[in-house]
Amino acid sequence: MNIHEYQGKELLRKYGVAVPNGRVAFSVDEAVNAAKELGTAVSVVKAQIHAGGRGKAGGVKVAKNLDEVRTYAEEILGKTLVTHQTGPEGKEVKRLLIEEGCDIQKEYYIGLVLDRATSSVVMMASEEGGTEIEEVAAETPEKIFKEVIDPVTGLMPYQARRLAFNINIPKELVSKAVKFMMGLYKVFVDKDCSIAEINPLVTTGDGNVMALDAKLNFDDNALFRQKDIIEFRDLEEEDPKEIEASKYDLSYIALDGNIGCMVNGAGLAMATMDTIKHYSGDPANFLDVGGGATTEKVTEAFKIILSDKNVKGIFVNIFGGIMKCDVIAEGVVAATKQVGLELPLVVRLEGTNVDQGKKILEESGLNITSADSMADGAQKIVELVK
Amino acid sequence: MSVYINKDTKVIVQGITGSTALFHTKQMLEYGTKIVGGVTPGKGGTEVEGVPVFNTVEEAVKATGANASVIYVPAPFAADAILEAVDAELDLAICITEHIPVMDMVKVKRSMEGKKTRLVGPNCPGVITPEECKIGIMPGYIHKKGHVGVVSRSGTLTYEAVHQLSEAGIGQSTAVGIGGDPVNGTDFIDVLKAFNEDADTEAVIMIGEIGGTAEEEAAEWVKANMTKPVVGFIGGRTAPPGKRMGHAGAIISGGKGTADEKIRVMNECGIKVAETPSVMGETLISVLKDKGLYDKCKTH
Repeated sequence: MNIHEYQGKELLRKYGVAVPNGRVAFSVDEAVNAAKELGTAVSVVKAQIHAGGRGKAGGVKVAKNLDEVRTYAEEILGKTLVTHQTGPEGKEVKRLLIEEGCDIQKEYYIGLVLDRATSSVVMMASEEGGTEIEEVAAETPEKIFKEVIDPVTGLMPYQARRLAFNINIPKELVSKAVKFMMGLYKVFVDKDCSIAEINPLVTTGDGNVMALDAKLNFDDNALFRQKDIIEFRDLEEEDPKEIEASKYDLSYIALDGNIGCMVNGAGLAMATMDTIKHYSGDPANFLDVGGGATTEKVTEAFKIILSDKNVKGIFVNIFGGIMKCDVIAEGVVAATKQVGLELPLVVRLEGTNVDQGKKILEESGLNITSADSMADGAQKIVELVK
Repeated sequence: MSVYINKDTKVIVQGITGSTALFHTKQMLEYGTKIVGGVTPGKGGTEVEGVPVFNTVEEAVKATGANASVIYVPAPFAADAILEAVDAELDLAICITEHIPVMDMVKVKRSMEGKKTRLVGPNCPGVITPEECKIGIMPGYIHKKGHVGVVSRSGTLTYEAVHQLSEAGIGQSTAVGIGGDPVNGTDFIDVLKAFNEDADTEAVIMIGEIGGTAEEEAAEWVKANMTKPVVGFIGGRTAPPGKRMGHAGAIISGGKGTADEKIRVMNECGIKVAETPSVMGETLISVLKDKGLYDKCKTH
């Protein structure tokens, strides 16, 4: 789960991690009032959307007085920002963060991620702040320093110190940087983060080390024990189809093609998309219905697939293992009738009782094309949506 | 022979009284797996499906001599269940449970260092040695006894591969699902090593997916150490970056973990990669024929 920058900073502040003072604003007036309350000479108007690259897209402006705050707030609120992370359709800005300006001396990068190779949390730091860390990794990998953290001890001060010295934090600020890193690690572990990225971390003219930006993502599987994080969820930032799917325990990801897919199992669902693409088709989604493809689940899955207006046909690919093909076929038939499906539907069933399953599809009187293999099904649906 | 499990493996089921566990306990018993006990705290002394239930893993192991465990405990309690199996010094713990918080697995992994138990999973279909022992949730009947080892990050894609092999008369020595989570117990290299040493395994099919670099590392290991042919498949060629494709571990992030990169490295390391999932079986068969192993592997 993602949260907004201002929410991330709120959380960091609670853990003693230094961030600039700021207030969230949902309207232009609120933005001006927030700047008034902050009372600093310069304030920053920042678009709050769940995507990076806001600055380049014109979503971050420095205001020298309250009139400028008003002007920028009017300009940014309601604007659709298109960044490298939003996709071409962009994201509409509905919230602003009004923050005190600060006297930046130098920008750094600090990030915490799960490192799969060591099965540990790793803290990364670099003095190339402000640029995408992937870019730094590609161009000047020697400028990224890493500390692998033992979950038993947590991040140790010596590790944080080593990082601070390695990235050339001025020595009089090292202890502040260490405190920052220790706090950040504590947030990461306490709140089950999957990513905590501070880019940039800045040193300021008045001798502070603070987070100018904050990107915190959370492990969805741990949200059951993070009630306060769930409060931060902004449904407007998520795809409504994905929200609907999650209610029915369906795993759905919207894509931009025209062939709807319904598959059991994540691996098979990915492989199905790959096969469609292999035959020059374009999948409209990833959808894993899970092990039990019941009538109810199939019906909901159809509804969600069909709510995407680009969809011109559906490919159902089920490997019936424990769940028998005849049961699945009955579910597909019932669901097709229930939603009154008019688009071409190709169904590939394999596994237990496959012959009975195919028979049920054939005798249903519905316009269902049966396929013998994943490749056969993919070719058929690609042909049908042409 | 086979890897990890065989007809003598004695299994306990952790969380046996839950509905999923009960269903699969029945399935495993029907397959012939020696399920000797179950564990549900507070239900000790009762019996389900003719299997005695115990309060703790330690008690169950003492009473039954079990050497393996399968875990169906819900995600919030699964890390605890894994460590209970480790504490009881079982040889093998297979965790089926999906959606375990990753920080829990980071701690479990660290805590298991130097311990005796091998963990398979979590978020996996389990392990099966056809016609001997099935531990997990896979449909038993699609598997046939034979000489091809299967290792995979995905459940249904494994069934797909196994089904293609069985239909073509190619039996399997053991099929191991290592699971779709970013932090897991047994990895590709562990299983490849085991297959390499297993006298009954002649070739291996390895099924990976986007996310992480486990396939690349495994491919390098194969190149340096493997004496048996390996073929592969990678799911998620068309998956967009930054989106988690169902499995917690199936995500391309920071330009890392793409299918194309995995396929490139695997090809470089001598692993033939199936172009589409429909030809996983065919790809393996063509390699078996090239290496003169087809007749030996054609089991039925």
